[in-house]
Amino acid sequence: MPNKASWPFWLLIGILILLTPFASELPDGLERVAHDLGFMKQDKTGAIISSPLADYSISGLAKNKLSTALACVVGVVLVFLISCSIAKWRSL
Amino acid sequence: MHIPDGFLDTKTWVSLYLVSAGAIGISVNRANRQMEDKRIPLMGVMAAFVFVAQMLNFPVAGGTSGHFVGAAFIAILLGPWAALLVITSILLVQCLLFQDGGLTALGANIFNMGIVGGFIGFYSYLGISYLFPKKGLLAAAFLAGFLSVLTSATACALELAFSGTVPLMPGLIAISFVHTPIGLGEGLINIGAILFLQKTRPDLLELDRM
Repeated sequence: MPNKASWPFWLLIGILILLTPFASELPDGLERVAHDLGFMKQDKTGAIISSPLADYSISGLAKNKLSTALACVVGVVLVFLISCSIAKWRSL
Repeated sequence: MHIPDGFLDTKTWVSLYLVSAGAIGISVNRANRQMEDKRIPLMGVMAAFVFVAQMLNFPVAGGTSGHFVGAAFIAILLGPWAALLVITSILLVQCLLFQDGGLTALGANIFNMGIVGGFIGFYSYLGISYLFPKKGLLAAAFLAGFLSVLTSATACALELAFSGTVPLMPGLIAISFVHTPIGLGEGLINIGAILFLQKTRPDLLELDRM
């Protein structure tokens, strides 16, 4: 059934992964407000757990375009697996 | 709009963890009963797409960037309960692996984007496409995206105010103001995504929703 193919999605996802290193690095909406209203200094993220992939790059590799894209690939695979398994939680 | 650790006080983040956990429980239950097995990989692909799209920050006015959230888009296709599962898996990976969004704020982030964003997006889409049944599909997708981002941002502002992090009115005004162009971006990406589906997999626009 050719109209049931999922390859257009994976192709689109692949293209978007290649674009991730070029995403804007400006502060996002909430960060902007936190800077402007002076509560950004309360950010404690990373104090509880510390991940080798923090901030979408791979520790040990320089933060460059390749490490961003590779981190994204890891994320894509995990999100796919987790969302599939969460939907079948009880039958796992 | 991923809230980091340290912005919410304990009563706020604990309450939102409980609310989100309850809603996820309902959602998993519904998925186990209602979702056909062959639909599950599709949900996974959609989650993968939204995850990547969330990484693509686009610049908006005033030295600020925004990114697609995707809750309304998933809710339009698969229904708000499925959208909650998709957004939850994305936020889990973002929080635990990439430290995008705080561990204590995870419940709040799931509440804002997965519950508020997904349900507001879904019901505003239904309402608008009911009012304009003929040609309203793209307009409904646009407005659903816009409203879902604005209401998620509003929920975030309320939580920051409850936590005593920022006074209610200045926080609400600043957060809604900055998320207005981001919401317009969300609406435009929704239109693009729906057009992509109409070209590649129009059957996906006719699914039973959960």
